[in-house]
Amino acid sequence: MTKPLKQIHLAAHFPGVNNTTVWSDPRAGSHIEFASFAHFARTAERAKFDFLFLAEGLRLREQGGQIYDLDVVGRPDTFTVLAALAAVTDRLGLTGTINSTFNEPYEVARQFASLDHLSGGRSAWNVVTSWDAFTGENFRRGGFLPQEERYSRAREFLATAGELFDSWRGDEIVADPVTGTFLADAKAGAFVHRGQHFDIHGRFDVPRSPQGRPVIFQAGDSEEGREFAAADADAIFSRYATLEEGQAFHRDVKKRLAKYGRRPDQLLILPAATFVLGDTDAEAEEKAREVRRQQVSGATALKHLEFVWNRDLSSYDPDGPLPDVDPDVGDQHIARGRAQVRMYRDPLATAREWRELAEANNWSIRDLVINTGNRQTFVGSPATVARTIDDFVQADAADGFILVPHITPSGLDEFADKVVPLLQEQGVFRADYEGTTLRDHLGLAHPDAVGGDERAAS
Amino acid sequence: MSTTPSSPLHLAVALDGTGWHPASWREPSARPRDLFTAGYWADLVTEAERGLLDFVTIEDGLGPQSSHLLLPDERTDQVRGRLDAVLIASRVAPLTRHIGLVPTVVATHTEPFHISKAIATLDYVSTGRAGVRVKISARPDEAAHFGRRALPRIDGYESPAARELVSELFDEAADYVEVVRRLWDSWEDDAEIRDVATGRFVDRDKLHYIDFRGPHFSVKGPSITPRPPQGQPLVTALAHWTVPYRLVARQADVGYITPHDTDQARATVAEIRAEQEAAGRAAEPLHVFADLVVFLDDDPAEAAARRDRLDAAAGHPYTGDARIFTGSPDQLADLLEEFRDAGLTGFRLRPAVLGHDLPAITRGLVPELQRRGAFRRTYEADTLRGLLGLSRPANRYAATA
Repeated sequence: MTKPLKQIHLAAHFPGVNNTTVWSDPRAGSHIEFASFAHFARTAERAKFDFLFLAEGLRLREQGGQIYDLDVVGRPDTFTVLAALAAVTDRLGLTGTINSTFNEPYEVARQFASLDHLSGGRSAWNVVTSWDAFTGENFRRGGFLPQEERYSRAREFLATAGELFDSWRGDEIVADPVTGTFLADAKAGAFVHRGQHFDIHGRFDVPRSPQGRPVIFQAGDSEEGREFAAADADAIFSRYATLEEGQAFHRDVKKRLAKYGRRPDQLLILPAATFVLGDTDAEAEEKAREVRRQQVSGATALKHLEFVWNRDLSSYDPDGPLPDVDPDVGDQHIARGRAQVRMYRDPLATAREWRELAEANNWSIRDLVINTGNRQTFVGSPATVARTIDDFVQADAADGFILVPHITPSGLDEFADKVVPLLQEQGVFRADYEGTTLRDHLGLAHPDAVGGDERAAS
Repeated sequence: MSTTPSSPLHLAVALDGTGWHPASWREPSARPRDLFTAGYWADLVTEAERGLLDFVTIEDGLGPQSSHLLLPDERTDQVRGRLDAVLIASRVAPLTRHIGLVPTVVATHTEPFHISKAIATLDYVSTGRAGVRVKISARPDEAAHFGRRALPRIDGYESPAARELVSELFDEAADYVEVVRRLWDSWEDDAEIRDVATGRFVDRDKLHYIDFRGPHFSVKGPSITPRPPQGQPLVTALAHWTVPYRLVARQADVGYITPHDTDQARATVAEIRAEQEAAGRAAEPLHVFADLVVFLDDDPAEAAARRDRLDAAAGHPYTGDARIFTGSPDQLADLLEEFRDAGLTGFRLRPAVLGHDLPAITRGLVPELQRRGAFRRTYEADTLRGLLGLSRPANRYAATA
């Protein structure tokens, strides 16, 4: 028996504040004006994408004690721009990253419930957590959260927000002018939460929203992050976009669901994916090489080498050989506000490995950074890219992809015009929206539906 | 700011639920079941824009509405529940072109860093029409929603203990506004350089740490959001006594006061102007608006009958901080001109029933004021500051040559 074809989910990540985004391209537009966000969202909706994704950062990055100036810097407030995008789109889901460390559950819950009302049920929350005192310097809360407590706070934050969303059932507002009864229940919204991180009580003031709760995303990759996702998330924004890594991650996370009484289809895995299209595969390959050189200037290459070396390398020639000096393995890192540097757990080993690679291939610093950095996920003609995406999804390397274009705001246009129609022809991507809410698009049950009860009973 | 008797008035409308009268939701023109939809708010703001109003404010709080000033209630006969005001403002921004959008934020429990970038973003989304109304919360039930601080229960704002608490909360709000404003300036206008030759996207010498330190919070900066189109979006506050008058005088662009007659208006304006001078801000423009609740009908008797009907439905006469006007657009125009002569530069009208009294303002009062030469006939500026005659301020961090 052949397996039924899986339907692909597609989302669009607004180009971010990192070197994936090529701001130096003559086509690159504003990263802050609303017209850019509106263009991007309308393209995604025209292509019948599931949702738009917006990242967040709460402190400008620094390196070597100075604000990092080589990438796009500056972005809008997540909630505010998503609410405005709800006005220029009709069906597109609106997913925003909101930090659980530098916010309070009551405020975030009312913002997401409000966004869900104002968008007719299209909101989603990518729950991230952070502990660093560096970002904390911008907030009342400061930076006191110990690293080991960040997931326990995030989980309690999410659970508390869930209690607030559920404090209204959805049938309280009767608004009968004849009897003068506005609310059927005098205690609508009442809640009490007493926990390790939050001790709050009172009444939540936003009635139940169309989706009941926003769709929940999780993006962390650690063991705790995976458990958090298996227990509480509807979707994972993952970083494993190659076939083998994707399949391994998919298997690992999906097998964790049973312990929380959940079925495999209740958690979607959506890796971030970059792409370069060309008329032919060869042309796309050539363009992809050029884009990678745009993404890694000589200056950027030196700064990226500093992530591993953890020292000032500004005196080195990016077109010359790698530094002889070893990385500084001290506690204080030269790059601040950047999660990426934690990937290099053994900088001495990485440096050794990179030196060997550079020597074997006769690579300069810039060549090395270009070649060890992420190659684009999908490179090829529209037909090749459509087929590859479909193959990956059918092989359970993913349930779909969150596409990250490298040009703002037009970087998605070509994909929408050329790749999406092919996926639609193959019958693996919707020709039109079938529902109105993001849960409808993602095939996720409303929290009040039977699936939710099963889970609660387990 | 000097105001000649002939200078045109500024008009704002305060949006709150179905209107300011607690029984307003029961009127035929109210749409209580639509309160939690985008379409409801879009229709209200579009109507206000049709009337060429300067801006709308949107009420908000961090807990359900209550018939008590400082305590929650469990009433079921009034509107309870609301949406976040900043998000309502942002949701309607792309649907409007000229009108200013001024949501309410509670300084007491929120983060100045978040609010600063939210209002800056509202300014981008509306291309220069954003403002904020800052308020405090002395309600213990709202504090319990956050669990970060306990507020003592006070009964009204008159006792010395209440005054002390409220003064503290206003001191914090003053710090809050200071942080929000510094963050708006933390990027110079030309900080984004996109210099391909050096690979630099920004000139980091034009990004500034604000290094604010205070008893309630310390904020390092800079903002993550570049300086908004207006430079400094509008800051507004409602004020009923000396401590908040001081906040208005020192830090706001528009203050709302609640005089019940022209003598009170004159006295309050004088107090605010004196505070403004004491703060060394005498030369800076500062609008003082009066808040008025309005029941408007072409036939004054009809307005009075409507008010009686609503009071009967509510079970008690509606009273509040602001004067309640009941009458025709003509009579209201007379009153506004009298108040203008007492030194007010504009008004924030609180429609008793939004579905009825908002169109009565835009289609009755506005044409009457236009006939008298006291109100604009077309939008004359692209930004909210522009509509209010406020220039785009210089950046406090920009090096002066």
